[in-house]
Amino acid sequence: MCKHLTRFTFLAVAAVLVLSACGGGGGSQLAPLGENLTFGMLLVGPANDHGWSQAHYEAGLYVEQNIPGATMIYLENVYSGSPAYTGTTTSQLAEQLVAQGAQLVIFNSDDMKDEATKFAQDHPDIPVIMASGDQVWQDGEAYIPMANMVNIMGRMEYGKMMAGCAAALTSQTGKIGYLGPLINDETRRLAASAYLGAKYCWTLAGNDPATLEFKVTWIGFWFNIPGFTSDPTQVADDFFNNGYDVVISGIDTTEAITEAKRLHDAGQAVWAIPYDFKGACDQAPDICLGVPYFNWGPAYLATIQAAVDGAFATDFQWLGPDWADINSPDTSAVGFVAGPALSAEDVVSLDAFIAELAGGLNLWTGPINLQDGTVYLGDGVVATDQEVWYLPQLLEGMEGQSVTE
Amino acid sequence: MKKKIWVNIAFQVGALVLALLSTTLLLLAAGAPPFQAYAAILKGAFGSAGSLETLLITWSPLLLTTAGVLITFSAGLWNIGVEGQMAMGAIFTTWMLRLLQETSLPPALTIVLGILAGIVGGALWAGLAGALKTFGGVNEIFGGLGLNFVSTALTIYLVFGPWKRPGVGSMSGTEPFDRSLWLPTLPDTELSLWSLTLSLLALVIIIVLLRGTHFGLRLKAVGKNPKSAFLMGVPTWQYSMLAFLLCGALVGLAGAIQVTGVYHRLLPNISSGYGFLGLLVSMLVNYQAVWVAPVAFFFAAVNVGSIQLQLMYKLDSSFSGVMQSLLVLLVLLGEGARQRFLRKH
Repeated sequence: MCKHLTRFTFLAVAAVLVLSACGGGGGSQLAPLGENLTFGMLLVGPANDHGWSQAHYEAGLYVEQNIPGATMIYLENVYSGSPAYTGTTTSQLAEQLVAQGAQLVIFNSDDMKDEATKFAQDHPDIPVIMASGDQVWQDGEAYIPMANMVNIMGRMEYGKMMAGCAAALTSQTGKIGYLGPLINDETRRLAASAYLGAKYCWTLAGNDPATLEFKVTWIGFWFNIPGFTSDPTQVADDFFNNGYDVVISGIDTTEAITEAKRLHDAGQAVWAIPYDFKGACDQAPDICLGVPYFNWGPAYLATIQAAVDGAFATDFQWLGPDWADINSPDTSAVGFVAGPALSAEDVVSLDAFIAELAGGLNLWTGPINLQDGTVYLGDGVVATDQEVWYLPQLLEGMEGQSVTE
Repeated sequence: MKKKIWVNIAFQVGALVLALLSTTLLLLAAGAPPFQAYAAILKGAFGSAGSLETLLITWSPLLLTTAGVLITFSAGLWNIGVEGQMAMGAIFTTWMLRLLQETSLPPALTIVLGILAGIVGGALWAGLAGALKTFGGVNEIFGGLGLNFVSTALTIYLVFGPWKRPGVGSMSGTEPFDRSLWLPTLPDTELSLWSLTLSLLALVIIIVLLRGTHFGLRLKAVGKNPKSAFLMGVPTWQYSMLAFLLCGALVGLAGAIQVTGVYHRLLPNISSGYGFLGLLVSMLVNYQAVWVAPVAFFFAAVNVGSIQLQLMYKLDSSFSGVMQSLLVLLVLLGEGARQRFLRKH
C-alpha cells in the first residue's frame, strides 16, 4: 500500500511539474475557437489609409476569405488619447470587440503595446495577436510570458534595403530624405536598413559612399496628428526644397508621395517611396519608385487557423520574404513592388540587388559604426537578431536624431 | 407665468425632437438604419457590465470638467482654457508621482499627493488665465486658447524630452507607472470608486455652492452684471479669480484621475477632449448645475455606445462627436428662438 502511495505521489508530482512547465507561457494551448469565428482588430489609423492600417485590414479580409464562416470586426483610429474615443483606453476598446463577439483580438500597432499586454493578461482565455511587438520573444529585452499572445512582425529590413537601393539608383543629387514616424527600436532599424541599402547601391553604381547624404526627420507619431506631431507634408516639402530629390516614407500614410507628385507636376525632378501597403504607389505612380510592403495575411491566417483548431501557442514570429517570390500573396510576409517611376535600367539593377539578398547578402555585416562613432559591428561580424531589433542608434553616415533630446 | 413655462417646455422639446430628426437623417445618409442604430448605441452603453463600467469611467472626468466650467460660466467667464488646465493637472500629477515613486512613501500616500498636485496644477494654470484677464486685460477666450497651446507644447516636450521612455520618442506617452501607483479599482474591473466618488462629491459641492450660498449668489451677480455687482459691494475681480481657481482645481483633478486611474501615464493628448465636452454639456444644461449629472451621463453613454455604430455599420469614429455637437447646436438654437419668441410676446 505504502509502495503504491509513494508511486502515486511521485507520478502526481511529476504530472504537476510537467503541467506547470507547460503553463509558464511556453507551450500551453487555448481551447479551440471552432467554426463561425469572429475576430476583432484594432487599427491605429483608418482602414483606408493606403498604408499600415489598410495592410492589416486587407489581411483581415484575406483571413475571412480563407477561413469559412470567419468574420472580422474592427475599430479604426485607436491610439493613446484618440479623440475618437474620449477617455476610452485601447484595452477597453478591445473589451468592446469581445462584447460584440470577438473570440480573438489583433492589436495592430506598437502604440498599443502596453494595452495589449494588459488585455492579454486580463483575459488569459482569449488569443491575442500583437503586430510589431516583442513581448513574447523569449530572447527579447521585454519578454513577458503570456500563453495567449503571439507577436508577428515582418522582416521589413529587407524591404527598406530595397527602398534605399531604388532611391540611391534614382537620386541625381545624392541626397535622400527619410520621413520617419516616432523614434523607437523598430523605426531606427528600418531607417538604418534603408540607409544600408542606399549606401550599397550608391557604391555599386560607382559613387563614393562619402558623397551620399541620408537624412532622417521624425514627425513624432505613425501619422499626422495636427497640433501634436510635425506635419509630414511640411517635412517632405522641406526635404524636396533642400535638394533631397528622393524621400523614403517610414510613416503609415502617404504624404511623401502626395507632396512629391505636387512638386513633380510643378516641374521638379523629385521622387518618393511610400510604405506599408502594396497599392500605395497607385496614388501617384508618376513619381513612385516602388513600395516596400507588409503582407500580414498568411501569418494572420496561419495563427488564426491554429486558434480555430485549438493549436494556438505563444510565439514570436519575425517573418522574412519568400525569396522564391517576394510578392507572393500567400507565402511572403514582406514584399517590394517596383514603381512606374523607376527606370527600366534601375529595375534591372534593383532586381540584381534583390537576387543578391535572396542569395544570402547580409548588409548587417561589419564594419558598421553607430552614429556616435562607436563600433556596432566589427569587421566581418554579422548582427544577431537582437542586435538588429534593438538597434540603439542610427548608423554612422546618417543624419538625424537617434533618440529624442 | 404658466404660459411662459409651457413655451419653455415647447421650445426645449422641439429642439430635442429636431436634434433627433437631424441625427436620424444623418444616420440614413450614412446608410445605417436609424432605429437599429439607436438600439445599438443603447446596447453599447448599457448592454454589458463591461460597457457600463466604461461608461462610468468616462462619466467621472466629464462631471468634473462640466462642474468646473459651470463655475466660470456663472461668473460670466468663457473658460476655453479648460483643456490646458486638465493637461496641466495631469502634468503636475505625473511630476509628483515620478518624484515620489522611488521613495519609501506608501503608494497610497504617493497617489494622494499626486492627485493634490494635479489639483494645484490645474488651479495654477486657470489662475494664470484669470490673471491675464484681470491684470493684463486679455480676454479669457484668447488667453485660454493660448494657454491650451502652451500646455500642449509643454506636454509634448516632457513626453519627448525629460520624461521620455528610454530610447523612445513617441506620442504613446511616458513609461506607465507601477501598478501600486494606480488608483484602486473594483475587483476585475477598471472602475475606480475613488474617482467616481471624488467626481460626484465635487459636483455636489458645486451645486450647493452655486445654489445655496452667498458665494454662489455673488458669483452669479458678477456674471450677470459686474458693474452692478461692484456697486453692491461685491469684489468682482477677486470673485472672477476665485472662479478660475476653483474651475482649474476641479479640472486639474480630472487630469489627475486620467493619470492615476485611466492611462497610468502622461500622454500628449491626456485631456482627450473632456474639457470641450464639458463646455458642451454645461451649455446644454443651460448652466443649471443640478442637471449636470444626468446630461453628462447621457453624453458619456453616447460616447461609449456609439462605438457600436462603427462596429456594426462601419460609420466613422467621429460620428458620435457629430451627433453630440448637433444636439448642442440645435438646443442652443432652440433657446435663442425661445428668447426671441418671449421678447415678441
